[in-house]
Amino acid sequence: MVNHYERLDRTFAALVDPTRRAILARLEREDGASVSALAKPFAIKLPAVMKHLDVLDDAGLITRSKAGRTVTVRLSPEPMREAMDWLRRYERFWSASLDRLAAYAERKEAEARKRDR
Amino acid sequence: MTSLTLVRRIAARPSIVFDALTTPEGIACWWGPDGGPVLLAETDPRVGGRFRVRFRMLDGSEHESSGEYLEVVRPKRLAMSWRWEGGEDARESRVEIDLRPIAEGTELTFTHSRLRDEETRRRHEQGWNGSLDKLERHFLALSNGGRHDQA
Repeated sequence: MVNHYERLDRTFAALVDPTRRAILARLEREDGASVSALAKPFAIKLPAVMKHLDVLDDAGLITRSKAGRTVTVRLSPEPMREAMDWLRRYERFWSASLDRLAAYAERKEAEARKRDR
Repeated sequence: MTSLTLVRRIAARPSIVFDALTTPEGIACWWGPDGGPVLLAETDPRVGGRFRVRFRMLDGSEHESSGEYLEVVRPKRLAMSWRWEGGEDARESRVEIDLRPIAEGTELTFTHSRLRDEETRRRHEQGWNGSLDKLERHFLALSNGGRHDQA
């Protein structure tokens, strides 16, 4: 079984590639698209697009469903939501910390200036 | 969006900000998500040296993180690996801090990235475009109306 953090790693790894991000962005706009329609805007061959779709599928970021000869690709939001949650937890931690860091450094700066005078 | 970036403009010279980031006295004054106390701060700010910080949150829970200094260029740049102790998420992530002198003091750019691989990270930075920012907003809207400021 894939644990939560392995899945998170997979999500982030999948999101690193610009082509894959473009595919996701398009699926977000269109709520489902065929593989050939997804491949069209890219200057890469269909097999390369299929490979990107495999990576996205492994990360759970998309689902593929077949009807006749057409495969429809859809966005699957849960892994993305988990990735966002991870980022948000760190954001809470660091945002508050950096605010206090700034206040502390500014106090130190004022002290240093007083000494220099 | 595979990393968190925060920017702060601070009315203090870079060397003062750098020391606040790397000395135990400094860290004791700011580290942590709320006003809870820092219980322990150890630093050895040179490449290969380690840091360890333990803090208590206002809800009483205690947390500890540690890591290794990967780049130490006073007063410009700091990079370190990052790991929570004892938590479920034992994976290492990466923290980078750049300090740029500006008229009023220092501009601090902070990045926390889950991706450790250098090459992957560069590709991420180069390939960034607006399309995914929109996607990100979409998901933030979905997940309990959260907010994710990048500034």
